[in-house]
Amino acid sequence: MIAFVIRRLIQAMIVMFVISLLSFSIQDNLGDPLRELVGQSVSEQERQELRDELGLNDPFLTQYLRFAGKALQGDLGTSYFFKEPALDVILKKLPATLELVFGATLIIVCLSVPLGVYSAINPRSLLSKTVMGLSIVGISIPVFLTAIMLIYLFAVELAWLPSYGRGETVPVYGSWETGFFTVDGLLHLLLPCVSLASIMLPLFIRLIRAEMMEVLESEYIKFAKAKGLPLKRIYFLHALKNTMLPVITVGGVQIGTMVAYTILTETVFQWPGMGFLFLEAVNRVDTPLIVAYLIVVGAIFVITNTLVDLIYGLVNPTVKLAGGKS
Amino acid sequence: MALLEVNNLEVSFGLRQGAVKALRNVSFTVERGERVGIVGESGAGKSVAAFSILNLISRPGEITDGEILFEGQNLATLSDKQMRSIRGNRIAMIFQDPMMTLNPVLTLGQQMVECLQAHRKISTADARAIAIEKLRQVQIPSPETRIDQYPHELSGGMRQRIIIAIALLLDPVLIIADEPTTALDVTIQAEIMELLLNLCDSNNVGLILITHDLGVVSQITQKAIVMYAGRIIEQGPTKEIINDAQHPYTQGLINALPQQTVPGQRLNQIPGSMPSLQAIPSGCAFNPRCDFVMDECKTRLPEFTRSGGCSVACHMVRAMKQNPETVQPVDSSEEVK
Repeated sequence: MIAFVIRRLIQAMIVMFVISLLSFSIQDNLGDPLRELVGQSVSEQERQELRDELGLNDPFLTQYLRFAGKALQGDLGTSYFFKEPALDVILKKLPATLELVFGATLIIVCLSVPLGVYSAINPRSLLSKTVMGLSIVGISIPVFLTAIMLIYLFAVELAWLPSYGRGETVPVYGSWETGFFTVDGLLHLLLPCVSLASIMLPLFIRLIRAEMMEVLESEYIKFAKAKGLPLKRIYFLHALKNTMLPVITVGGVQIGTMVAYTILTETVFQWPGMGFLFLEAVNRVDTPLIVAYLIVVGAIFVITNTLVDLIYGLVNPTVKLAGGKS
Repeated sequence: MALLEVNNLEVSFGLRQGAVKALRNVSFTVERGERVGIVGESGAGKSVAAFSILNLISRPGEITDGEILFEGQNLATLSDKQMRSIRGNRIAMIFQDPMMTLNPVLTLGQQMVECLQAHRKISTADARAIAIEKLRQVQIPSPETRIDQYPHELSGGMRQRIIIAIALLLDPVLIIADEPTTALDVTIQAEIMELLLNLCDSNNVGLILITHDLGVVSQITQKAIVMYAGRIIEQGPTKEIINDAQHPYTQGLINALPQQTVPGQRLNQIPGSMPSLQAIPSGCAFNPRCDFVMDECKTRLPEFTRSGGCSVACHMVRAMKQNPETVQPVDSSEEVK
């Protein structure tokens, strides 16, 4: 176990190094930060001086090493626009985004498992065929379109749900606020979470259904039937546990991907999360903030995947965390 | 009353091209404590016969005719719930490949305890005690620690022992073993077979052994059933069938045993292969491969003829019984050479 954690930490460090290098190297291609930083009236000479001052004229390697050195101490640079440490700016927005991802994940887990299992067990039933048909539609429609359609239907036409913002939130810890404990907050969460889940949900229903159907054909399911076990136990213990193995692996990657999808959802719903912040930062050529965002998202990816590997090891007895596959 | 009596069993698979009959007119009995071998090439319908007894044929297969009388009940008409109370409880099954039969994510203990708890009201601790006792019976070393292991921690032979232990958990009266040693090492095969034989013998458990190994059948079973293309073509006491096979197909199978050949010579084999179930020849299904084929064989299905303790479905055998002097079968194998 400890060996596994140490190995994962080393891997994570390599991954983070590559991410930081990549995200730092794109900053020169985003435009001139000076244009946003200073007004029109500043002369070219003053601009050059400012560039020198900010270190923007140094060779790439010098700039990167300076950045990496500070990053190791938790300083990812200072946002040009907010004039605050970039990391602080992002972490302030992180709870809103995580809340969105968590809500979407909840929807996905609560719906995909029962629907996937049901349509695997009764592949010919009308409900399975409907679910399968709708899932194709769900996968095919891009998130922003789903979001706009949801807003049109539920916020504009029916006026049941709010179309933007987080609504009423309650503080949990420090600057961490949540909308999960207020009715208003939950209502505000509903549409963004549904639209964020709209891509992954069909994917997971189909994945669970396909895996489950394959598992149901296996010899050990036949043997379980020959033992005279109740069908409920065969489906929900024998089959589901084996079905979930590949689903967990895919799920880990997808949760990370969902963090990236929040950029679209948050923009459409004016959700004050870090995806929205990122898009604003791109418009303002706020390079330190962009780099910091990429690194934070990279870190979230690495953390979720490590957690998923740990969970996988718990579910699958043939994987020994310490010694790899046995 | 026989323990198990199968009468005119017919199993069909409804395919898009129409129904394909995998079993036709299959009838046999198993007495209490009797060991019966079902032999035949791949595709003869042995496994379908075995699985249909427990109503476990994979879709789209279904029993379309006949009855399966077990302890007076017709299994073919039981509800799913009634059938479940028989599976694993009164009739247990042993599968072909022990590497695939156990659920990889559950411990052996879980897989044994759940079986007991599915059929008896029993505490987990008591069920565990019975499971450990059964593991000891199948000679698993240190069963107290083994029971908490996962299947992948055991070898194939060990796993088949576990599966036998699971089959014995509820003291069934009949065990159906579908090629229980095919997937195992030759050295392990003999051990497992002997174990199965001893356990069935000492507990007076009936056994239906599906195999293509005539050697195993001759050592273990009292009765043998030979199947070809979904039908029984010969059945009777194992000794008679092995020593004095009547049906040309059974003779062919026995001649194909390596023991029947002088070392260095080519092994005997039956020419041709089992017909597809969608294209079974008219008359006797074996006629295109038969050395003794007569005109009648190509047009009319042979009925069963008694010959000693056996019953044989062969026109030639019947003709020889009725008029041993006049019928001289043409040995076409001579002409071929």
